[in-house]
Amino acid sequence: MYSHGSESLIKQAREIQESELQKFYSRLLKLLQAKEFGHETIDSLQRLHLILSATKYTRTLPTELQRRLLSLLSSPVEQLQVLSSAVLRETLPLSGQELNYNQDNSHTAALLLSQAGSRADLSSLCTQLIRSLENRQSDPPNHSLIHTLPIVNAILTHSPECLTEDHVTLLSKKLVDWLRYASITQGVGASSGGFFTGPRSRQPVPIAELDGTVSGDFFTVLCVGQGFTEDQWMNVFSFSMLRHWLLTYHSVPSGVTITDAANRLQLSFSLSHSHSFSNDDRSEFDSSVVSMVSATSSSSRLLPPKERVREKAFQYCLRLIEQSDRKAHKRTDTELQKACLVEAVCILDCVCVEDTSLVYRTFPCVKALFGRLSSDLTFARVLLPIAQFYLNHGEMAAVDCESVWKLVFSQFPAELFNDPFLAHELLRFLRLNHENLLLRVPQYTRSFPNLLKFLAWDSPAVVDDFVDLLPSLVTVETAVELLHTLLDLPCLSATLVLQLRSTSSPISEPSGRGLMSLDAFRNPALRGLFLYLLRTEAGSGDTIDRLSVLHELLAEAVDWPRVVQCAQTVPVLLHIFFNTVLKVADENLLAHFMLVMLERSSLLLKLPAYIKEIHRVFSCHLLRLCKLHPSLVVNQSHELLEFAGTTANVYSKEEIFTHVVWALGEYLSVSCDSRCSVKLITSCFETLEAVLFEITSSSPPPGAARPAPRVVTTLMSALAKLASRSHDLIPRVSLFLSKLRTASRGGSVAWCSDEEDLVAIVTRGEELWSLLKTPGVAQSVLTPPAHVTTPQWHRDTNLSMPLQLRTLTSLTHTQ
Amino acid sequence: MVRCFLIHTVCPVSALSSAESRILYSRVFGPDEAALTEQQRGLSAEQRRLLQREKVAVVARQVKSAVSLCREASGRALVEAVPGEEALALQDANSGVVRLRAGEPFSDETSALWLGVQSLGFTLVCEPHENLLLAEGTLRGLTRHCLEHLHMLGQGSEVLLRSNRIDALLSRLLPHGQLLFLNHRFAQSLEKEVTAYMAK
Repeated sequence: MYSHGSESLIKQAREIQESELQKFYSRLLKLLQAKEFGHETIDSLQRLHLILSATKYTRTLPTELQRRLLSLLSSPVEQLQVLSSAVLRETLPLSGQELNYNQDNSHTAALLLSQAGSRADLSSLCTQLIRSLENRQSDPPNHSLIHTLPIVNAILTHSPECLTEDHVTLLSKKLVDWLRYASITQGVGASSGGFFTGPRSRQPVPIAELDGTVSGDFFTVLCVGQGFTEDQWMNVFSFSMLRHWLLTYHSVPSGVTITDAANRLQLSFSLSHSHSFSNDDRSEFDSSVVSMVSATSSSSRLLPPKERVREKAFQYCLRLIEQSDRKAHKRTDTELQKACLVEAVCILDCVCVEDTSLVYRTFPCVKALFGRLSSDLTFARVLLPIAQFYLNHGEMAAVDCESVWKLVFSQFPAELFNDPFLAHELLRFLRLNHENLLLRVPQYTRSFPNLLKFLAWDSPAVVDDFVDLLPSLVTVETAVELLHTLLDLPCLSATLVLQLRSTSSPISEPSGRGLMSLDAFRNPALRGLFLYLLRTEAGSGDTIDRLSVLHELLAEAVDWPRVVQCAQTVPVLLHIFFNTVLKVADENLLAHFMLVMLERSSLLLKLPAYIKEIHRVFSCHLLRLCKLHPSLVVNQSHELLEFAGTTANVYSKEEIFTHVVWALGEYLSVSCDSRCSVKLITSCFETLEAVLFEITSSSPPPGAARPAPRVVTTLMSALAKLASRSHDLIPRVSLFLSKLRTASRGGSVAWCSDEEDLVAIVTRGEELWSLLKTPGVAQSVLTPPAHVTTPQWHRDTNLSMPLQLRTLTSLTHTQ
Repeated sequence: MVRCFLIHTVCPVSALSSAESRILYSRVFGPDEAALTEQQRGLSAEQRRLLQREKVAVVARQVKSAVSLCREASGRALVEAVPGEEALALQDANSGVVRLRAGEPFSDETSALWLGVQSLGFTLVCEPHENLLLAEGTLRGLTRHCLEHLHMLGQGSEVLLRSNRIDALLSRLLPHGQLLFLNHRFAQSLEKEVTAYMAK
């Protein structure tokens, strides 16, 4: 599809020489001066567009050429309009260039929009657009009115204040007309004409519903005919921008007082009367059509324009919901019905937020819709806006929402985790509403094992959503289970793959053969393990006993791309998890986390890069835990010592091991916790001493790398720190350090291959050794009192060390 | 409304690094947001254009990596389709959404819907509250028309040399970035106009 030819075309366009370009410009100018434009002109314009658009830098066209291009905008040939607009969009506007909006030409409008340099430009364009709508009936008829609304919508997306109050009132009235009172007979033949051009020669044919029956109510986007009148087209365009219109101009800005709002209402009310002579008469006649929906709104004509739009939007949506139940003949129309349902429910939600009295009129319809669709998962994406409606208004209407939440939190993630669009929309729904959900929907935080399926399945696409969502899912009750679940997320990812494969391919199929994990997945004896991973709710235990069995069963999944991608996202989420947990958990829970980290460091899916990353995350947060709560180290000293006393951990979990040893050396002290006894310090000392002795007196076990120099120095420092707190231990450290020096004199030892590293280790040892010779100094250096490490003393200007140093420095420098 | 529509490569291009994507067509709808925001008002028109191009390039790169990751994860081999098999190619296309946070690259949050057809990506950047079901249908429709009218399954470079066809297509099916609720009758009538344009 993408060939070398295309690549070289872009290259040529970028590298064209200036002289060649000038020649091309003058040739093109000549072509444009001719009376008739042929293929060559079109072709040259297209090439010009390529030359301009291929580079991100702006090229300047000769003024004469640019003028010619501007005049082409009003050419009767559409290709020339399109091309001149496209070319000019790539250039800078001429100074003093005056371009007026011409309602016949949407391509000029596109250029005007793209070159708008300020809000003032947009405002004046807006005024022209609105005027063209206003003058419609007096001007000669034209068929390009339909583009006006998209342009207005584009403007109000970027700059809603460009429309004045009068504009809003006028457009509101127009929208009401187009939405509710479009012709109910078919246009003649093609899309153009019919209503506004010439008399209709044939008997008017009523519009039809999507299932072919004659339509008995007002026109909507779900009505069909052989051709359409202009106001029917406007109906489509009005509905297409309706929700955005309501969102932009109908929410009462916060800070507006009630009197203000009342004044505004009165103002718009009086405006509606002064404007209502010419436009509204048609509406009156057409509204005589018998209508099921509109029968409910006899008094709406008395409402001010904004409220009328709301009322008509409400009726339109109810009619769409009614129409969506019809069986469409075309597949594309069935899809349109779904999109209309989404839009209708969103608009109903929007109008109910503005006017709560509508909630009672709307709920029966939304409830019936939910009843109709909830059993069919192909309507999942329609059911999400319905869930939003229930969340926003369910409480007010005192409606039971249980079945809605069951669908959203249990069925959707479990069965539709592999639908990228549903995942995006559901996670967006959660992101926007998580505060509300936390208050009203207890299922929300309990459903994390299920919600995480989206992440396990398509990690790169949704990790961003979970970065925002995860903090809201961390609660004291479920935090431990959540941690285990995150750690086993790659297993969940593999299991979801297996689940889909086992349903999609029968046992005998070759694609499934040879996969041990698939056999295991189908094995009833092992079913429980996988079912645990696939659970939809938290609360059935933090984790399972036979986790290592599960990891073995899934060993072949470690190089599946989906599993690898998932494993890459877990560390990010773990960081967020721990950052949140530190805010909500008490010390007992944090102690529990410490144990989980020690335990899980050797209980992970065997994916080397994953294990390494997780160890890094654990180390980082172990240290933070200890720093925030130093007494945790004394509390959990038994488990920490057990971990640090296992020599194998030096080789397999270097990162965590180093941090645990550091924490023991740093925080096992009376100053951190008064329960810290001499006995505890001695036992810790002995444990670490044994490990250090073991790793420095023998070669590493087969298959393991030599211990990192950092491990050795951390162990030495920890021993020195402990010894400085219990002076009886000093001779033992000194003895070890002197032995170390003697042993390394030969220049090489079995446990360290790099000479420089060895020198560094020995130097470090000598430093500690000489420090320990004066125990008083050693203690104040290795275990500084709290007032030295806390930054309090910086605030005392007289005592502040940096200040004194700075003063001294400035003295020495000036002299 | 839709912020922009682009067609870009999602396969490796020899002249580019692996993360980059070659943009073959891009159309940004509506006014340029840089002209309207306070902090970027000082930019010259030329700088604004450069900024806008870079924003579009960010979208293309994001989508490119999303497509590659999605294809890698699914492990499905791409089926080569030849001209005439547009419907098949479309059926076989990968699709998804990328969430673009505020400032990355547009000032507000947006959603980029993408369709990966063989070596090319077709991307619509929408406002986040937009009806994605409708946007998805529109994107599929646009992609089908592009594949057919610009013979994109072949070797040709018509997407570069006939870009006015895409402009004309967009002006009908996505006028100024407005997603339209078109039933098959409305769509047919617009498609008739499109075909007439292409025949010229």
